[in-house]
Amino acid sequence: MTTLLTLALILVAIAAGGWVLRFAGQKATGNAPAFRDMPFAVAFGYVLGACLLMFSVWYFFQPTTTKSGVPNAGVVFFRWAVQFFIISAIAAFLFRALGRMVGTRGTKKMFRQMPLTASFGVLVVILYALTAIFAAWLAPHGQEEVFAKVNVLPGGNAATGGDPLHPLGTDQIGRDLLSRLIYGAQNTVGIAFVTTCLAFFLGGSLGFLAATLQGWLDQVLSRAVDVLMAIPSLIFALLLMTIASAWAGSERWLLTVYMIIIIAVIDSTRVFRLARAVGLNIVVMDYIEAAKLRGEGLGYLIFREILPNATAPLLAEFGLRFCFVFLTIASLSFLGVGIQPPLADWGTMVRDSAQFINFAAFSPLTAALPLLAAGAIALLTVGVNFVVDWMLHRSSGLKE
Amino acid sequence: MQSVIRIILQRLALGLLTLFVVSIVIFTAVNMLPGDFAQAILGQGATPEAVEAIRRDLGLDQPPITRYFQWLGSAVQGDLGNSFAQANFASFVGADSGVRTTVAQQIAPRFANTMFLAAVTACIAVPVSLLLGILAALFRNSVFDRATNVTTLTSISSPEFFLAYVLILFLAVLNPVLPSLSNIFEGMSFSERLEKTLLPALTLTLVVTAHMMRMTRAAIINLLASPYIEMARLKGISPMRVIVKHALPNALAPIINVIALNLAYLITGVVVVEVVFVYPGIGQLFVDSVKIRDIPVVQACCLIFAAAYILLNLLADILSILSNPRLRHPK
Repeated sequence: MTTLLTLALILVAIAAGGWVLRFAGQKATGNAPAFRDMPFAVAFGYVLGACLLMFSVWYFFQPTTTKSGVPNAGVVFFRWAVQFFIISAIAAFLFRALGRMVGTRGTKKMFRQMPLTASFGVLVVILYALTAIFAAWLAPHGQEEVFAKVNVLPGGNAATGGDPLHPLGTDQIGRDLLSRLIYGAQNTVGIAFVTTCLAFFLGGSLGFLAATLQGWLDQVLSRAVDVLMAIPSLIFALLLMTIASAWAGSERWLLTVYMIIIIAVIDSTRVFRLARAVGLNIVVMDYIEAAKLRGEGLGYLIFREILPNATAPLLAEFGLRFCFVFLTIASLSFLGVGIQPPLADWGTMVRDSAQFINFAAFSPLTAALPLLAAGAIALLTVGVNFVVDWMLHRSSGLKE
Repeated sequence: MQSVIRIILQRLALGLLTLFVVSIVIFTAVNMLPGDFAQAILGQGATPEAVEAIRRDLGLDQPPITRYFQWLGSAVQGDLGNSFAQANFASFVGADSGVRTTVAQQIAPRFANTMFLAAVTACIAVPVSLLLGILAALFRNSVFDRATNVTTLTSISSPEFFLAYVLILFLAVLNPVLPSLSNIFEGMSFSERLEKTLLPALTLTLVVTAHMMRMTRAAIINLLASPYIEMARLKGISPMRVIVKHALPNALAPIINVIALNLAYLITGVVVVEVVFVYPGIGQLFVDSVKIRDIPVVQACCLIFAAAYILLNLLADILSILSNPRLRHPK
C-alpha cells in the first residue's frame, strides 16, 4: 500500500514539475513557440525522462556490496545491463564507421544510410556466424568433455568455489559451461539455419510451381497449406514431435533430424504463401510469356525467370523466418523435446540452469547463467529483426 | 443486413470445415505412431493377452475410419476419452475397478485457468498497446517514438522464456513483489488468484503488446496523410484530438484485426510461459502429456488449441468485414 502511495506521490510531483518547466520556459524565453505550444503531456514526458535518467545514474553508482558484505544484486545486474548497452552502442557505432571507410562504393553507401540499430544487427549476425563456424577453435574444451569437478561456480575464483580452468563453471555432470555456450552457437544456430533453408527450398519451389502451373495443383497445394496453417505452429510441432520421439526410440540424433524436417515442413507453409503470391505477380509479365513462347522448360521458368525477380521479398522473409524457426527450436528445446543431448544447445541450457535464478541475491554471477543462454538466443533474434526492419523500411520507401 | 448475415454464415461454415479437416489431420498424425496405443501404454513388458485386452477395451480393433468417427462423435459431445497416464492399468488386464480419469475431467479446470490468464493479459495488453500506439503516432520520429520502437522490437523478438526469467529476476527474486510460481488451486480468492497470475500475464503482455502497438501506430500514421485529417488540422484542433476523434475510428478495422490475431498468438505463447511459471493451465498439461506420450490428452489439447485458433482468426475476419463498408457490400 505504501509503495503505491509513494508511486502516486512521485507521479504528482513529476506532473507539477512538468507544469513548472513549461511555465518557467514560457517566462524565460519570452513565450517562444517551443514552450507556448507545448502540450502538458510533452512537458510531463520531459520531466519523467529526466527523473528516470537521474535515478539510473544514481543507481548505477551505488556500491555493489552492502555493509554486511552481501552483494547488492540489483545494482550488479543494473550495471551489467547498462555496460552491455553502452558497449554494444559503441561497437555498433565503430562498426558503422569502419563500414563507411572500407569496402566497395556500394557497401560504403549502404553503411552511410544505416541507422545504429541496423549496424548493431549486422555486427551481431557476423559475430554469431564467426562463433558458429570457429566454435571448435574458440571453445576451451569439447562440448561433450566431462570433467571430474561438478557444479563448479562461475567466476573462476578458487576462493568462492570457482576454477580458473572453467570461467563459467561446470554443470551438474561436469561439462564446461563456457564451451557449451560457444558450441551452442554452432548447434542451435546451425540447425535453425539448415531448417530455414529446407523450409525455403520446399515452400519456395512448391509456391513457384503453383504460381506457374496454376489449375488443380495450385488448388490442392493451397488448400493443404490452409489446413496446416490452421493449427498453431508450436502446438503442431509438439504433436508431431510426440510421434517422432516414438519413431526415433532411443536414437537421439534421429530425433534431431525429425525435428528439422517437422519444423521445415510446418514453416514451409508460410514460405509457400509468400512465394505463390510473389510468383503470381511475376507470371503475368511479358518476359515470362516470351520465355514460354521460346519453348523454355518449367525448370528454366522457375529458376531463371521467376526466382531472380522474387529475391528481394524472399530475402527479407528469410530473415524473419529464420528468427521464427530459431525461436521455435529454442522453445522446443526449452520444453525438453527439441535438440537432444549430448549436443550443447541454448534452450536446454536455460531449462537446466533455470533454478539458479533464485540465488540472485547471494551470487549474481550464478543467477546470470540461465539469462546468459536465453540472452544469447534473444540477442541473435533481436539483431536479425533490426536488420530486417531496416531492410523493409528501406525497400518500402516509407519516410514516416 | 441480409448480405452481412450471409457472409458471417459462410465464414462460420468455412471455419467448421477447416476444424473438421484439422481433426482428420490430428487423428491421422496420432495414428502414425509405430505399433499402437496398447503397446505404447504397456511398454516393454507387454504380454500378448494384455495388449489384446487393451485393444478391445479402447476399440482399437476397429478400422481407422470407424474409430475416427467414434472419436469425433464423442469429442463433439464433450467426451474426449480416458487419459492413459492416470488410468488404472490393472483394470485393463484383470477385473475392471472402474477408476479412470477422463480427459475432459483433466482439461476442464485447466482450460478455465488458461482462459483466466488470457483474459488478464488481454485486459492489460489492449489498453496499454492502444495508448502507446497513439502516443507513438502523435510524437512520431521523436525520441519517445524511437525508444518505443526499439524496445518493442526487442520484446517481440526475444523468446518468451527470456522475458519471463528477466521479470522473475527483477520482480520476484531481487524485489519480492510478486510470486514467481503460480500455484493456483480451487477455492482461492480472486485477488490471490490475480496476484499469482500477474507475472505470467505481464510476460505475455510484453510479447503481444509490441505487435498491437506497432500496428496501431502504423494504421494511424497511414491515415494522417489523408485530406480530411489535413482539414481537421487546419480547423485548429489539437493534435491529440485529431488522432483520437478523427483518425482512430477509421484505423479501428486493422487494429481490431491485429488484436484478434494476437489473442490467437497468445494461445501458442501460453505454452512456454505456463511451463516457466508452473501455471496449471492447458499448455502445461499439453507439454507434460507430450513428454509421457499420453495420446488422448495430446489429441484433445491439440484439438482445443486449433479450435480456439481458428475461432479467433474467424473473429478477426468477421470483424474486419463488419467494420469495412466496402467488404460489407461486395459487388
